[in-house]
This record gives sequence, structure tokens and C-alpha cells, in this order.
Amino acid sequence: MTTTALDLTADVVIVGGGPAGTWAALTAAAAGADVLLLDKGYCGTSGPTASGGTGVWYVQPEPAAREKAMASREALGGHLQDRRWMARVLDQTYENMNRLEAEARYPFPVVDGVAHKRGLQGPEYMRRMRSWIKRAGVRILDHSPVTELLVDPAGTVAGVRGHRRQHNTDYRVRASAVVLATGGCAFLSKALGCDVATGDGALYAAEAGAAMSGMEFSNSYAIAPAFTSVTKTAYYGFATFFHGDGTPLAGAGSQGGRSVIAKELLRTGTVLCQIDHATPEQQALMRSGQPNFFLTFDRLGINPFTDKFPVTLLLEGTVRGTGGIQIVDDDCATSVPGLYAAGDAATRELICGGFTGGGSHNSAWAMSSGTWAGGGAARFAAALGSSAVKRRLTGAGGVAVRPTGGRAFDGDPWAEAQDVLRRQVHPYDKNYLRHGDRLRPALTELDELWQRLRAGASADPAGTPRLRQAAAMVAHARWMYTSALARTESRGMARRQEFPDLDPAQHRRLTVGGLDELWVRPESLLASRPELAVAS
Amino acid sequence: MIEVVSASRCVTCDVCIAVCPTNVFDRGADGVPVIARQSDCQTCFMCEAHCPADALFVAPLTHPAPPDSPLRDEDHVTDTGLLGSYRKELGWGRGRKSGARTAVGPELGRARITPAPAQGE
Repeated sequence: MTTTALDLTADVVIVGGGPAGTWAALTAAAAGADVLLLDKGYCGTSGPTASGGTGVWYVQPEPAAREKAMASREALGGHLQDRRWMARVLDQTYENMNRLEAEARYPFPVVDGVAHKRGLQGPEYMRRMRSWIKRAGVRILDHSPVTELLVDPAGTVAGVRGHRRQHNTDYRVRASAVVLATGGCAFLSKALGCDVATGDGALYAAEAGAAMSGMEFSNSYAIAPAFTSVTKTAYYGFATFFHGDGTPLAGAGSQGGRSVIAKELLRTGTVLCQIDHATPEQQALMRSGQPNFFLTFDRLGINPFTDKFPVTLLLEGTVRGTGGIQIVDDDCATSVPGLYAAGDAATRELICGGFTGGGSHNSAWAMSSGTWAGGGAARFAAALGSSAVKRRLTGAGGVAVRPTGGRAFDGDPWAEAQDVLRRQVHPYDKNYLRHGDRLRPALTELDELWQRLRAGASADPAGTPRLRQAAAMVAHARWMYTSALARTESRGMARRQEFPDLDPAQHRRLTVGGLDELWVRPESLLASRPELAVAS
Repeated sequence: MIEVVSASRCVTCDVCIAVCPTNVFDRGADGVPVIARQSDCQTCFMCEAHCPADALFVAPLTHPAPPDSPLRDEDHVTDTGLLGSYRKELGWGRGRKSGARTAVGPELGRARITPAPAQGE
């Protein structure tokens, strides 16, 4: 192992500085904890919220409005949601959005004399969250990717190890509790702000013994102008789509017709689009509502309302899917003592079921679960008291930090891993339009890639975070496909071409886990049955 | 991807080096940041939004712009008003009003589905 150059302590460590991480930090600090937030990029710009902005599931606390909000997507989500959790999230989101206005002075637009709180402009929101947590006394280390969790002899999470990439030194933090708010996994697809979302937290959690849930709901793809990053799908609801020759692509749409776009892109490589059903007034509102939507068009000289421009679909994986680390109680604790999960790193099935939480639901979940995880972690730390600092620490990391030996890579492991992920996870005919005959060989190649990653490690400590990211993405993909193969029906976004119908007998969530050997089992049987092996 | 760092506008504040979530910049010998790892750029426009001097320009492409592209030409992006345009729309900078104050988009109904071409078309 590398030498530890920087040795720190904290009551609560937050890994990830997006919305979930900053709300967690704020809540833990308010509870009296000494909080250290670690971001592998920069807290305030990292992740899809900061660059993209987001709608928010903000609903007035009126019974009829709340009932309608909860009922609206239950069928789409395959009835895997939990009403109690939905109600909790609506309550917490309402409170947090009001605090954003009152305490962080977020400049909400005022419509008819009332602050309009159904959306947040990303750069403004996350800039204010950074300032707010600093005022609350949270310490922030930017450009400091965590590389592994540290555990005590009982397996309780007791800190983290990582690398400060702008100082080229390693660090270690001894902590009483850790919150993983590392985001989902979008496999470096260049979807807006998503390249930092490589599923790192899920890998760390699995190494400490936690499981994932809902990983079959991971096939989210967003519309973007071809060769660009701006994945803001909502406004394409006003669009018409065309074949490359300019004739209409019947059935295509941003919602309920995206698979038609995927099929045409697979068949010919070209789909054109024109946002031709927005009135001049709606066009103007789009620009003030989401100025970043127009960055691409303005800079390329495209008028999206009158020109036909090529579009693509970019993988958003579990960023807009709903799978993530399984949580076991109202504090968003994982099954591992001392470890909490929030935001896109955690499963969002509790409020979204199996249908994309993109936009408003995920943002509500991020601020709510962050609040709960931060509070839970602070209470866990307080209960441990000063005994926490006397524990013996061991690194929980395996892949790319504690090599098993054997055949590794001939070339650059990072490049080879990216190549396999591009071929086996990005393609629409593998991860989007799923069929077992294509998922199984893809999973086999991913399993082989995992074994090779397992064999080696980076000779230079500066290379460790990148290899760990590669491993996290590969682990993520293997859990996704293992769960997808276990769900032999079509529910929510997890559709199988050979099983097009919903199967009432499969009305339950799937838990998946393991690293070298994977397992998957129905959640309802979690307590009573041992593992049911299906893959590897 | 990030394409333009204007040496004449840059105030060597190092903000872009700090805020880039994928660590694309290094500090040059003269203090002006250097695009050291362009392939890591995720085209998120955050450096441009945070640059207090409007010295950065992010082309909207997820691959490097071709050598002769106007999107790499500081004069072009200055003359066309593109340089600094995102920051202006966000309402960031002295004397500006936050764009978040007016960020109300259109009501989103059910998404349109492209119909089949009419008969005889």
C-alpha cells in the first residue's frame, strides 16, 4: 500500500458534494457533528444537478394534491414504490425547498406573487449549497477522490482512504460514520455533468458488505443533439422526429416513443429533430427556464425551432434509472453499520419504483435522503462517542488496490475497460432494447473484464482512483445485467423483448450483490433465504 | 469541450482550475491555465460559468473541435458575443440580476409523438 501523507479525523465523512451530499453535510453539522465532505471533483460544480439543473417534486401539503402526486406514476413504476416513503419525501422536500428560500436566499422566481419552487437552476443551487455548508462549519476537500472505505475489526465502517489529485498525496480519514452520496453511474457517456458519476459509492458499499436494489432499472437514455452533451429531454416533448431523409419518424417521441428513436439510430445511425410545436411564447419561456438547453444550438448556429438537427441518445444508467445501494431504515442506513447512502447512489425505488426518477423525483429524493442520512450518521457518531478513535482500521477495498495476481492487461487497463463498457453497456441493442440472448454474452465479457481488473493494480498511486472508477463501472454493469436477466418480465423501464408482458408473480424488488461472484434474490425473501446464484 | 482560454482576459485567479469537476486544467508558468487534459472535459460549461473574466469558451461538442473550427477562434467567439454568453444568461457577475429569478419554463403537457405521414405525402 501507499504511505499516508495526510491523516484526518471527523465525526461524519460525506463522500460526494452534489445535492445529496451537501444536504447530508448540512444536517450532520446542524446536529453537532464535525463534518468533512470529500468530492472527487468540486463541490458546487460536480454532477448532473450543478450543470443541468432540475425540476423538483414540490407539492403543497394539501391531501388531494399529495394523493395525486403519489398516484401519478405508480403504474409506470410497476407498483414497486412505497407510499410511506413517498409521503416522507414530499414532506421533507417541501421543508427543504422552503429552507433554501429562507436560509440560503435562493432566488426563486415569483409568479403571481408566489415563489415558484418546482425547479432549481443547477449552477445557482449548487453554488449556494457550497456556501451554506461552509457557513455551517463543514470542511470541504475538493479534487479528493475516495479510493476505499476503512472498517474496524467488527466490520463497522470507520473511515475512508483517498487521493488528493491536485497535490498528488494520499489521505486517510478516521471517522465515526460515512455517508455515500457519490451519484449514480452513467458510464462516461458525456451526458451533461455525468462523467463524475461512475458508481464509485456502490463499489465501496459492496466491498464493505452492502447490497444493491433495483439495478435492472438502469437503462435510461436521454436525448441530446448529436455530438453534444446537453441531455435535457423535457423540451423535446414539443418536437417532431424525422428519418435522415426528412420524412417523419412515426411513433417517435421524448416520452413513450424513445425506443423508436433508439431503433432508428441502430438501423441507420441518423434521427433528425425539430422543436416545431412550441408557440413563440413557449419558445421564449424555454430560454428563460433553461438557458443551458440553448448553449448547443446557439454555439452551433442551429435554430432548433425551424432547423432539422441530428439527435442521439446518451446513456444515463442509474443517474436517471432508479437502482442503487439498498437502504434498510428511515435514516438511509445501509446494511453495514456506520455506512449510509443518499441521492442517486441509493436506490430510488421507494419513491419511483422501476420508472425513471429523472428530474423532479430524483432531486426530491436527493435532498430528502441526504437530510436523513446526514442526521442518521451524526446520531451514529454521537452514540459511538470517543471510543471511535481507538479502533484498528483496515482497508475494505479489493479490486485495483489489493490485487489477486494472475492475468491482468496487456495494454492500458483504463482504455481497455472503457472499450468493453462502450461495446457492452452503451449500445441500445444491449442495455436499452434488452434480450437475454444479448445480455448473457455481454455479462460474460464484463465478468472476464472484472477478473482482469481484479488481478492487477496501479503502480502509481495517482492512477488508483481511475482504476477504481473503471472497476466501479464494471461492477455496476454486472449488477445491472444480472438483475435484468433475473427479471423475466417487463416492468417499469426494465423491459425484455422476449418477455414483453408484466408478470404479476414478479411483483417484488430484486436485491443484487457480490463482487467476484454475483447473486440476486427477491427482496421479500431477504431475511429468510440464503443466496440464489444466477450469474458468474 | 473547452477550446479557448483567453490569455488577454485571464486574471490568473485559478478559479477554473479549482471548479472543473474533471480536473482538465493545469496552471501554466505565466499563471494562465493550460488545457492539460481536454479528453477528460465533459462539456458541462461549469468553468465558463464560474470564470469572473469571461476568459473561457466551451464548444458544445463532446469531441475536440477541428483545427479550423471557428469555435476554437477567440476572435470569432468574441465578435459573435458567444464568449461570456452563458454567464450573462445565468445573471452572474457584478450588476447583473440572477437568471434563476426568471427561470420559469413552459408548462409541459404530454409529450408529442411524431405522427405517421399523411396519405399521399
